[in-house]
Amino acid sequence: MSSTKPFGDILSTIKRESIVTLLRKGERIDGRGLHEYRKIEIETNVISKAEGSALVKIGDTKVIAGVKTEIGKPFPDTPDMGVQIVNAELIPIASPFFEPGPPGEDDIELSRVIDRGLRSSEAIKLNELAPIPGEKVWIIYIDIYPLDHYGNLVDASGLAAVSALLTTKIKNWKVEDGDVVLLDEEKPLPIGEVPVFVTVGKIGDTLIVDPSYEEELILDAKITLAVTSDDKISGIQKSGLGGFTPEVVKNAVSLAINVADQVRKKLPT
Amino acid sequence: MRSNNVVLINEEGLRVDGRRPNEMRPFKIIAGYLSNADGSAYIELGRNKIVAAVYGPREVHPKYLALPHRATVRCRYSMAPFSVEERKSPGRSRREIELSKVIREALEPAIFVEEYPRTVIDIFIQVLEADGGTRTASITAASVALADAGIPMRDLVAAIAVGKASDTLLLDLNGIEDQYGDGDMPIAIMPRYNLVTLFQADGIFAPEEIEEALKMAREAIYKLYEGQKEALKRKYLKIREEVLSSE
Repeated sequence: MSSTKPFGDILSTIKRESIVTLLRKGERIDGRGLHEYRKIEIETNVISKAEGSALVKIGDTKVIAGVKTEIGKPFPDTPDMGVQIVNAELIPIASPFFEPGPPGEDDIELSRVIDRGLRSSEAIKLNELAPIPGEKVWIIYIDIYPLDHYGNLVDASGLAAVSALLTTKIKNWKVEDGDVVLLDEEKPLPIGEVPVFVTVGKIGDTLIVDPSYEEELILDAKITLAVTSDDKISGIQKSGLGGFTPEVVKNAVSLAINVADQVRKKLPT
Repeated sequence: MRSNNVVLINEEGLRVDGRRPNEMRPFKIIAGYLSNADGSAYIELGRNKIVAAVYGPREVHPKYLALPHRATVRCRYSMAPFSVEERKSPGRSRREIELSKVIREALEPAIFVEEYPRTVIDIFIQVLEADGGTRTASITAASVALADAGIPMRDLVAAIAVGKASDTLLLDLNGIEDQYGDGDMPIAIMPRYNLVTLFQADGIFAPEEIEEALKMAREAIYKLYEGQKEALKRKYLKIREEVLSSE
């Protein structure tokens, strides 16, 4: 059952007020501009046992994603396509307010938002990953683990997932006697259009991108937009207890599209 | 999954169920559908059939969930096993867990939660039959159930989905359109404040399409909003008649 969050972390009134006062002047507590992203660092192939992996830092936020692949059964409604499975787990390593246990609604929401963004833009060319349609297809597992939560885990998780996919290599294969035989040579995972996830936060009348941890604690609401390279949106998720007027939604969309261009430049090639 | 083999809009521009692109399915809302719950509502939107029940504000169990400055709001969206073509297992799916959260976050902004510290308001939603757009119809019903429970609210919340097929925006997707279309964008709005409180999308949308979809949704939401208010009034007119005739 989904429940209003009991207190996790709280922000002192004086801090809250100073953040809000600064925002009214168009400034942020960490010195950034309203529409300025924190420094992004991406390191790929960090896990040699994974077929693809990436460690992403956005400021002090740290997320690792790994890709594992195997041959398995397709979903009955898409027999001629490979399978994409995204899983994110908010582990206690990343924050004193994350608790161990079965995945809660925040873990599940994060996984599903990343999954939809990737799926809608066809980040993985799943139609090229069905060696024996209806029977044997590639299953692509993308597992996301936040390591340090300093705000904006969604964008960092999206970047980590996409960066890991872009560097994923799978075994080449041939079909022999109705079976899939994996060969020794490797090839890159077939990639389509990859999205960049941009989260826009709203505090009062102000929109900010890439909210920090402290800013997240006082956001009215936020909206995550998955942006494609041709400036379309391949996924949307509003989150939090407030709302947006349609006019502000429109502003958030164009803001996200602008910022996505800069973020995209950091992606591994 | 997406497929281009299914024709969702015919040559005359009509949809699989004969609707025009900007046409919502017929709907019916009943306030006070149940007797035990403090507030309840039933909604039919096309073939969707959904019941919402509200309890509270009441004592919180377990106690650690109680908040000292406001009411806790809990929400559970659940689909009956027989509500869909292939039986759905009665266990909680990841989809139901996510939808419970986004539905709660769509409704909470409308409730004066600060009036009821250390209590809980429970919202239970049961989908009896599903045919595309259950999360939005659930929000429309649940907000009537909240009002029916006498919980002070800033406004009702009404919701509808806008989707896309063959580059045309379609209002209020049915199940087939949801399954084979190119995108789905559920939207909830608090009409008096013009505030979007649920907003999700999958599929590819250009920025102009998002703007247009919000406009389409808003018109439909105003119709649902009138329907919600009428449903609430109808319940009390009925009570009034009963009281008058018994005198």
